[in-house]
Amino acid sequence: MSLRSPLSRVMGLGAAGDGPAHWWAQRVSAIGLVLLGIWFAVSLLGLDLGDRSQVVEWISTPLNSVLLILLVATASFHSHLGVRVVIEDYSRGWSKVAGLVAVQFVHVVAAGIGVVAVLRLALGG
Amino acid sequence: MAAGNRPLSPHLQIYKPQITSVLSILHRISGVILSVGILVLVYWLAAAAGGAESYDTATAVLGSLFGRVLLFGWTLAFFYHLLNGIRHIVWDTGHGFEISQVERSGWMVVILAGLLTLVFWVVVLAGGGG
Repeated sequence: MSLRSPLSRVMGLGAAGDGPAHWWAQRVSAIGLVLLGIWFAVSLLGLDLGDRSQVVEWISTPLNSVLLILLVATASFHSHLGVRVVIEDYSRGWSKVAGLVAVQFVHVVAAGIGVVAVLRLALGG
Repeated sequence: MAAGNRPLSPHLQIYKPQITSVLSILHRISGVILSVGILVLVYWLAAAAGGAESYDTATAVLGSLFGRVLLFGWTLAFFYHLLNGIRHIVWDTGHGFEISQVERSGWMVVILAGLLTLVFWVVVLAGGGG
């Protein structure tokens, strides 16, 4: 026997009132990162990382630029979802609020810098 | 809530570590390590975009012995989190929940993560990159 109201059951949100969206976002970004991560790891093996001109040429190839931007954006998003849960698990009160805000800021700034860096090379800045 | 003198339930450290619990917390730890790794990736991209001087600084920092040890750790965290993430997604489809299957997939993830990390670094060092 379920003690949940019919409305609660049909909304499917559980006791916390939300969660499925976070759960799905984490899985979907994870699947994207499996593909992007393998591509990035294999690509690094083909590069002489000490040679800037070769690295810049690789980054500014259109396909690589797009995939790198997707990697930075998806990894930042997935990372934010994960670190958020870690903070929610281990901290309380104001430190939790401050931590969640700080982590969100750091991820957005990191993603912004990464995307602009790739665009600058891709567009020949 | 006042705890008073009521007995507490047994805490984490009295339990014998098991492959299941150890890999579970390692997924979280490797995830946090990779979060910091995003900052390194972004630093590397920004250094490349910044010009020859900033890129040389980045390769000097990341290519130093200390830098390489850290990058090795990030590689291990990367392959572990990737493989164990796939294990999680398989669980999400409702498969692989028998204890024997959970333990076997766990050891597979550990061995594969170690192997891929070693192969990756053998190729990197053989190519003279880094």
